[in-house]
Amino acid sequence: MNVRGDDIAVRARGLTRRFGRLVAVDHVDLAVPRRHVYGFLGPNGSGKSTTIRMLCGLLTPSEGEIEVLGLSIPREAEALRARIGYMTQKFSLFEDLTVRENLEFLAAVQSLPRGRARARIDELLVQFRFGDRRRQLAGTLSGGQKQRLALACAVIHEPELLFLDEPTSAVDPESRRDFWEKLFELADAGTTLLVSTHYMDEAERCHRLAILDHGVLVADGTPAELTAGLAGRTLVVESGDPRRAREALLEVDGVLGAAQIGNSLRVLADVGAGAIERTLTDALSRAGLAARVVPIEANLEDVFVAVTHASRVEQGDRA
Amino acid sequence: MNLRRLWAVVVKELRQMRRDRITLAMIIGVPVLQLVLFGYAINLNLRGLDAGIADQANTAGSRAVVMDMLATGVVAPVLEARTPQELVEHIRRGEISVGIAIPPDFERRRAEHTEAVQVMVDASDTAVQGAAAQLAQVPLSVVPGTGVAPLSATPPATPVSVVAFYNPERRTAVNIVPGLIGVILTMTMVLFTAVAIVRERERGNMELLIATPLSSAELMIGKVLPYIGIGLVQTTVILALGMWLFEVPVRGSMLDVYLAAGLLILANLALGLLISTRAKSQFQAMQMTFFIFLPSILLSGFMFPFAGMPRVAQWLAELLPLTHFLRLIRGVMLRGAGLWELWIDAAALGLFIVVMIGAAILRFSKRLD
Repeated sequence: MNVRGDDIAVRARGLTRRFGRLVAVDHVDLAVPRRHVYGFLGPNGSGKSTTIRMLCGLLTPSEGEIEVLGLSIPREAEALRARIGYMTQKFSLFEDLTVRENLEFLAAVQSLPRGRARARIDELLVQFRFGDRRRQLAGTLSGGQKQRLALACAVIHEPELLFLDEPTSAVDPESRRDFWEKLFELADAGTTLLVSTHYMDEAERCHRLAILDHGVLVADGTPAELTAGLAGRTLVVESGDPRRAREALLEVDGVLGAAQIGNSLRVLADVGAGAIERTLTDALSRAGLAARVVPIEANLEDVFVAVTHASRVEQGDRA
Repeated sequence: MNLRRLWAVVVKELRQMRRDRITLAMIIGVPVLQLVLFGYAINLNLRGLDAGIADQANTAGSRAVVMDMLATGVVAPVLEARTPQELVEHIRRGEISVGIAIPPDFERRRAEHTEAVQVMVDASDTAVQGAAAQLAQVPLSVVPGTGVAPLSATPPATPVSVVAFYNPERRTAVNIVPGLIGVILTMTMVLFTAVAIVRERERGNMELLIATPLSSAELMIGKVLPYIGIGLVQTTVILALGMWLFEVPVRGSMLDVYLAAGLLILANLALGLLISTRAKSQFQAMQMTFFIFLPSILLSGFMFPFAGMPRVAQWLAELLPLTHFLRLIRGVMLRGAGLWELWIDAAALGLFIVVMIGAAILRFSKRLD
């Protein structure tokens, strides 16, 4: 995809944050195009939250440059605050206020004129289906409802850019699907969204994503670009004894990972492993296992395993 | 400073407070409980001490002296004894704390201006000893006796006259109630604000708030405003109860009383804000509050007279808002002084408020690092 400079909502160069001796974010370069749902994929502790906090000006970077909506951060963070929405990882609204009172508070804090605020709150209550719950205390809502309320509050002032830090980590699958529908509605309406997640299925839905591992950006691109990079390296092995087959396969040179999925195994091969299908079949028959090896399309989980493995090998080489 | 945002914080704070039953109960419960405790239980001027009487003279004059002593109200007779030795026994057994002994030659001694009456005191409680000294308004001699042979070796007593201005009945409540306004405001105001902000940090609300255009000053002032109202409500509760239960006078103007209370409320709220910028948890905020509260009670002159404290303690006390408030409120309520006559202490409180609020707003960072 070709993106022009002024179509970039968030740009970071060499972004680094240290906490004492720990490097939480290590020279990350980012370019988030406008009107995109941009994903941050990575395990817990990979630096997703720290990166998001630096991008919205809550944390000062140890090194690097940030430009968000044309503003230089953290210097112009105060001017940025009215133009962004931020949804924290932990539910951060007031549990002892009602749904409506929370929205009223945020509307006032974002300086919406009173009349406009009332109309906007009514609109959001309908849009986020809080009709009969507007007088319920936020603390008594279910996990999914809390997330919806948090999102409604984050977008009350119709921000150009929305930061969402693991918004669905405490939510059931149906609420998650529902939540993502809302995110795409916002993107269609012109909002740029930056979403961190550790769910592969959510990452797959993003227009573009960046994969973080131990504070290092190990890959970025569209999900299709990322999975295409693994063409020919992913296979499914069907065998009567998947556990023994897995042990045998992990011995084979060039196998990065083998994950059991039901009765089959999903195998990821290293770059340049050559005729990997053949190698695997041979290894299995040597172990006395009858098995069928079929190539399969890569998914993001494969990408994740491949890139984190690659970055670890690289670091190992350096050390 | 955006008034709409400031007001939003005030409304939010009031709504949260309305739903917080415990805090609501504390707002009224703390003053009532403290007032009753300090007013009734902590009575520094003892009255009605159990006394035994051994009147060996039993003349019209000796009976008159005993009646005079009982009339002071300091002692109340519970038993009669035949000899001073018996009184000593009773004191040792803890049945009485004061013994009044009148020797058989009372009339001759009185004529000669030598010791005619002896008061024996259980001096194991210094407060009792102090109270019994009031009996020195009659010709007598005091023997701090814990038990044995007290009769001789006592210097002739010079009649001591104790004159108490402003609190002639020497009732503790009159002195304590004005001070109690200060003590209660110091305890609740500092704690409420400190905890209110730290709680938001603990619950994660703060991360949301600092990512919005809400400014530090709007947040701080918005949080403090509702508590000014609460402080004034507490002041009213204490004043009303003090006047009703203990007949505490307000000799100065009521406006001055509330102005002084307002100054102390602001000073304490500002201090609470400063604590909140340092404390990491509600528990820490509470600890820091008590770190301020204890010296306030001990050094401000609420418990012990300011003049009797060592110089260093006096310097420390000058840093505490309660010290200045006590001078203001006692002046206004008990001596009928005007606030402008006590301007130095009012100005000291004003300075404290400005410095603390300034420091709190400077220290409050809209960053997480």
